[in-house]
Amino acid sequence: MRKTLAPYLLIAPSLLFLAVLFLVPLVQTIRLAFRAGQAWSLGNFARMANDLNFSDAVLNTFRIVLIVVPLQLLLAIGMSLMLRHIRRGRDLVLWIWSIPLGISDLAAGLVWLAILNDRGYLNSALFDLGLISAPHSYLTYETPAALLGAIVLAELWRATAIVLVVLVAGLQLVPKEYAEAASVFGASPWQIFRRVTLPLLRPSIQTALILRTVLAFEMFAIVLALGGRNMPVLVSEAYNWQYANQDYGVAAAYAVVVMLLSLAATLVYLRVLRTPPEQLA
Amino acid sequence: MAEIVIDGIRKAFGAVVALERVELRVADGEFLALLGPSGCGKTTLLRVIAGLESQSEGRVLIGGRDVSRLPPRARGLAMVFQNYAVFPHMTVRDNVAFGLRMAGAEAARTDRQVRRASELLHIEPYLDRYPSQLSGGQRQRVAVARALAVEPSVLLMDEPLSNLDALLRLEMRAELKSVLRAAGTTTIYVTHDQTEAMGLADRIAVLQDGRIQQLDRPATIYSHPATRFVGGFVGSPPMNFLELAAAGGAVRLGALTFPAPADGPIVLGLRGEDIEEVTAGAGFPLAVLVVEPMGSHTLVTGQVAGHRMRVVLPSERLPAPGEDIHLRPLPGRLRWMDAASGAAINPPNP
Repeated sequence: MRKTLAPYLLIAPSLLFLAVLFLVPLVQTIRLAFRAGQAWSLGNFARMANDLNFSDAVLNTFRIVLIVVPLQLLLAIGMSLMLRHIRRGRDLVLWIWSIPLGISDLAAGLVWLAILNDRGYLNSALFDLGLISAPHSYLTYETPAALLGAIVLAELWRATAIVLVVLVAGLQLVPKEYAEAASVFGASPWQIFRRVTLPLLRPSIQTALILRTVLAFEMFAIVLALGGRNMPVLVSEAYNWQYANQDYGVAAAYAVVVMLLSLAATLVYLRVLRTPPEQLA
Repeated sequence: MAEIVIDGIRKAFGAVVALERVELRVADGEFLALLGPSGCGKTTLLRVIAGLESQSEGRVLIGGRDVSRLPPRARGLAMVFQNYAVFPHMTVRDNVAFGLRMAGAEAARTDRQVRRASELLHIEPYLDRYPSQLSGGQRQRVAVARALAVEPSVLLMDEPLSNLDALLRLEMRAELKSVLRAAGTTTIYVTHDQTEAMGLADRIAVLQDGRIQQLDRPATIYSHPATRFVGGFVGSPPMNFLELAAAGGAVRLGALTFPAPADGPIVLGLRGEDIEEVTAGAGFPLAVLVVEPMGSHTLVTGQVAGHRMRVVLPSERLPAPGEDIHLRPLPGRLRWMDAASGAAINPPNP
């Protein structure tokens, strides 16, 4: 009796924690999204969808996610493979690459704002070098492509490391003998990567993509710092409805949409990047 | 034709020297074992030959071609790894076909050679399974089949049997020998197990501290070890060594006198089975300490002239601990070694 109860008692605190701080707010949010006064209704979703910014927010969110996440995956794969070839100072390089992880999104956004705004470091540098005669604006309503580029750049700088860390851990689980065997049996470096390293890294890639995509759908502070209201995304709209418009129902509807998108992305990754148990090392 | 020539290979990892100017020539079709304790440099030498490790100095020639600066894939060899390194995400069939596919072999040839290698190693029933669904012994067979499927002129094996249990190891050893003999592949086989080396190899190179101590046929290595280390490492039980003092060109041991090749302190080497039991006064006495009946023989550990000695007696002979037994070396089986260097004084005459 004592033995069978012990494991449950041990996980009880974390379950309680999750229930109080995660499950309850989740249910409340969903409830809030589907209520109008005392009745159940889809009114909040209708108001959300009819809002001027809604389609922009959806489009912008998808634009950013679809550009940032694949780029981050490619960068992180490249970086983790480069790390494997560093003999001395490997930990130091990994450490430096991971520094942006320790900086809050808002701070990161402000750093890039300081670089990219009208009187920022980039404009000063270009002006001092004589390459431009007047400061350029990159972050305005008239330059959506440049603004998107700036957000992508800041996101790459800030959050590629989380993908990198997951992949580095995954690579360490792949014995180097597999790559050695492949090279002895005639595989070129590209073939080793394509036929051996990449497939063996698949479980880690899956984890990294789920983690990164869910967080990318929730992206907020960087977009707000660089674009203000010029670049509406789903979470920044939720924020506006919550605090600027004081309409908690529509804000909750946005939150539900973000949650469903994250859930859908996760399910797609779980299915597409599944590794059958018999193919695990 | 794939003769392998190791020409002055030296390998240092920082200040640690793993290989000290190794010279070695492996004839076409020969089976050579690199034998030595862990850390002796045998695996490093194999990896240098494969191109997985770069030498600090020296050259590797395979079939007359200098491959020293070529990547592993350009050296035209196959390898069996200690932990097999069979790709877990590929079926057995894809694993065995891997080398042929990388070489761009046409499908018909790939199929034919995969089939032949799988038949040779008896893995046809598992061709469509994944390695995780196989036992250790079956995975080992897949690793060997993958190597043989490319019909390599040179095969490198790094302790391929060390992860198998004793019974399976014995079975695979015999099988490997017959398979490789049939294939006629030049093979370099790394092992720390002297029975494996003795049983499999045409010649054995015994390594210690990055140097080849002796390179010869198994029988010669066994009967005429070039150094005290080789005698102690090869053979079970290891060779006995008695540190004695020679005077006037002779050494006395019990009632026996042996002509010694040099005066002063000298080491006498004698294999445990190279003795016969005699009556008291006709040999030297051995004070019996431990008696181990092994089935095929009896292993007796005792003390003589202040030295521990292990001898092999017939299985029906079971002396009691504490008893003295009297022994005499068989004629021509005494080996003499320099007390300081451990080198054999009467080196083997080929």
